[in-house]
Amino acid sequence: MRVTFTVNGREQEADDVWEGESLLYVLRERMGLPGSKNACEQGECGSCTVRLDDVPVCSCLVAAGQVQGREVVTVEGLADQARERGGRATDGTTLDQAKGWQAKPHGAQAAQPGQLAPIQQAFIDAGAVQCGFCTPGLLVAADELLERNSSPTDADIREALSGNLCRCTGYEKILDAVRLAAARQDEVV
Amino acid sequence: MAGTTRTPTNLTQGAKADAGIGASTLRPDGTLKVTGEFAYSSDMWHEDMLWGFTLRSPHAHARILSVDTSDALAQAGVYAVLTHDDLPTEHKKYGLEFTDTPVLADGVVRHHGEPVALVAADHPETARRAAAKIKVEYEELPVVHDEASALAEDAPLLHPGRDDHHAHEVPHPNIVHRQPIIRGDANAAARRADVIVTGEYEVGMQDQAFLGPESGLAVPGEDGGVDLYVATQWLHSDLRQIAPVLGLPEEKVRMTLSGVGGAFGGREDLSMQIHACLLALRTGKPVKIVYNRFESFFGHVHRHPAKLWYEHGATRDGKLTHMKCRIVLDGGAYASASPAVVGNASSLSVGPYVIEDVEIEAVALYTNNPPCGAMRGFGAVQACFAYEAQMDKVAAELGMDPVEFRQLNAMTQGTIMPTGQVVDSPAPVAELLRRVKALPLPPENQWESAGQTADVRALPGGLSNTTHGEGVVRGVGYAVGIKNVGFSEGFDDYSTARVRLEVVAGEPVATVHTAMAEVGQGGVTVHAQIARTELGVQQVTIHPADTQVGSAGSTSASRQTYMTGGAVKNTCEAVRDKALQLGRRRFGTFHPAWATAELLLEGGKVVTDGGEVLADLADVLGDDVVDLELEFRHRPTEAFDIVTGQGFGHVQYSFAAHRAVVEVDTELGLVKVVELACAQDVGKALNPLSVVGQIQGGTTQGLGLAVMEEIIVDPKSKVRNPSFTDYLIPTILDTPTIPVDVLELADDHAPYGLRGIGEAPTLSSTPAVVSAIRAATGLALKRVPVRPEHITGV
Repeated sequence: MRVTFTVNGREQEADDVWEGESLLYVLRERMGLPGSKNACEQGECGSCTVRLDDVPVCSCLVAAGQVQGREVVTVEGLADQARERGGRATDGTTLDQAKGWQAKPHGAQAAQPGQLAPIQQAFIDAGAVQCGFCTPGLLVAADELLERNSSPTDADIREALSGNLCRCTGYEKILDAVRLAAARQDEVV
Repeated sequence: MAGTTRTPTNLTQGAKADAGIGASTLRPDGTLKVTGEFAYSSDMWHEDMLWGFTLRSPHAHARILSVDTSDALAQAGVYAVLTHDDLPTEHKKYGLEFTDTPVLADGVVRHHGEPVALVAADHPETARRAAAKIKVEYEELPVVHDEASALAEDAPLLHPGRDDHHAHEVPHPNIVHRQPIIRGDANAAARRADVIVTGEYEVGMQDQAFLGPESGLAVPGEDGGVDLYVATQWLHSDLRQIAPVLGLPEEKVRMTLSGVGGAFGGREDLSMQIHACLLALRTGKPVKIVYNRFESFFGHVHRHPAKLWYEHGATRDGKLTHMKCRIVLDGGAYASASPAVVGNASSLSVGPYVIEDVEIEAVALYTNNPPCGAMRGFGAVQACFAYEAQMDKVAAELGMDPVEFRQLNAMTQGTIMPTGQVVDSPAPVAELLRRVKALPLPPENQWESAGQTADVRALPGGLSNTTHGEGVVRGVGYAVGIKNVGFSEGFDDYSTARVRLEVVAGEPVATVHTAMAEVGQGGVTVHAQIARTELGVQQVTIHPADTQVGSAGSTSASRQTYMTGGAVKNTCEAVRDKALQLGRRRFGTFHPAWATAELLLEGGKVVTDGGEVLADLADVLGDDVVDLELEFRHRPTEAFDIVTGQGFGHVQYSFAAHRAVVEVDTELGLVKVVELACAQDVGKALNPLSVVGQIQGGTTQGLGLAVMEEIIVDPKSKVRNPSFTDYLIPTILDTPTIPVDVLELADDHAPYGLRGIGEAPTLSSTPAVVSAIRAATGLALKRVPVRPEHITGV
């Protein structure tokens, strides 16, 4: 079958899709968007998390046919989405508080400021990326959290990210990254 | 889809990067990883590629009576079906230490999930459905599933006619390897003891549960060879095992590391490597294989489950007199890394304590259970759970504080290990315990502090809303452990680094090329830091890891920063010497310091040790390129004597201590780990941010073993929970805050004084958590993972 839907603001089309194919498979193998990850393909790990009409879903559990005519945002579209959204006023933790973990931005990344969404830059700066396989799903979930709750408590962050497994970091630096992104959001305004 | 291939790319540190070792520089692959562009092994893609699928045994032990592939081959879209009979050479087995693992089952299957046949098709679902049409007739055989059934008089032999290097030493052919260690006279010393404490302990089978599944792409070459893109821990070890099975010389199997989604030991053994190459060479097309999570549980070895028996004695004033122990590790159907795990379990079974009189025995069994091999901590994890439980028990028997008792018996620099090896670098065991104990405790009843109603997220059971604080008891527990670093027992453990220094667009640029598997640990980050420190350049390019450069050894045994970091340092020093020779030739006559002073490369310039600038490095190099590839070795070790276990067996030791604070719902048996603090000696933190990340990650895996993680194997040796639905690893809600105190006491034998750090935090985390649960409940708790029914007794 043919499936047509919007991915990261652009209409995309896939032909010869078998009815059993997941959204994850179509993104990765038919649309050249391998950023969404295939860690479990059973809806337990969150590494394939995308936004489907704004709602975070495990794309491995969504049949590709269900996405016909709908809008999908993947990790590859986070930076564009962040630019469109712009900054908003918040009353969260201060930047200094968020930097309590003392990461030092020596050796800043090759990407120029503005090329990454704030949550992506925060993950790099806080050391929240090791093997990185969980990272795309966590970024989509954390970005969605900060969109609806600009100054989350630690308990809020843990609850929002509880569907995303990470095996490398012990989550501490992922918490740091979300705190940092929230605090930087404040600074923008 | 754009492009015809998707394969690994160079990583370049940004131009702003100027920090060398000791700074928390950020990952060079960070941007690619947060944008989704980083090419993991399961992201490999090639136009016209086929998908491979593996048919696996539903039985743990069975004879294969017949295999009929005709229906599968007749399916539209199927390009090849391969069985054992299709293997191209007489080399039909592989293995890390023993060559005992069939590439495809050879008439017998020895464990649940053993590969039997391969399918290549134009769609993964076509391959799966075709595999389901392969008719395999099995005759089930009795299973060997524990020590009693393995060593029974009529026990089926897993590998009759063994010819491996341990075959003639073992007391029974179903014992992979046995290592005794005898030092002093434990029986005589026992007579001096005022208290003697014994205990039996058990550790369940833990899974590495790396998130990136086993996967890769094999592309047939025009020269009859194959290009293989995979996620592994050691490219050259894979190559040594793959090439003979394919009947190709090693230079025709060109391996490139693709993105690795975690490893933790589970990628030391081969998984889909040979299978993908066989299908690619048979079909003449690129073949991609990606396991799903169900298959991944069958696709790699696990941590050895263990039964451990311990006896300790102590005098009334708190000094340990002796220790006896017996450790039985279940190696499963194939050897994998079992012999080395036995060596570690036995030689580290005393823990970080001074005990002069010991009697130790460790064995690994062949059974029909899933094969077990390397996992972070490698034999030391199992022993640490048992000896730390014993330390609490002896302290309680003596009426002493468990931390003070440990400190009283703690090893130090100069202590003699049970193997006779003198520990000749810092061993700050008592200090690590002091530091972790000195950290402030988390406040009590944190669920109350948020407001009037209890915040259930801070309670055992969490959002299941099972308690508002009633029945909840806090406990605090401590543990400390010792891990070896590097490959031991006389192994020629080396690494190789190629470093190229040249001028690009007017700037000096270093390119570092190694075969090191970056599995997430941050090796690529520290390699760039080392190159900057040694060569004084800003711009460092990390070449993709492949087999076009010499072996880097394995990314395991906490060894890569020591070994490949050491190799990069070593080659950079030689490159610097060559560059300075060029400088002397070009500019030596302009300034006497070229001949007389100690010269350094700093900030892109040649400077004297007094700080005087002699020349720009770019001018020194001109159009010349300095390009060297050198090997680096740690000091040699010795095998352990097979009777006494004596020998200078280990390269370096690594120490960490934990304090766990838990809250237990004693009515439901639910455990909330409230805080898990760690103090670790790292020798020298080359990248403090990464060091802390490793410690927190390792600590969390230890928490998983303590209260969550176990592969359940039933009495017929079948795996019951191969999914993330039923095999639970810690989520962000299960994981507490993990304060880390990093100590840096240099080891003079190691590059920059560093100490391998990856594994030590995985050891003491587990016993600390269980000690805290014991403190909260008063229960003995001799087995991990601790489950609710162990606490409630129902």
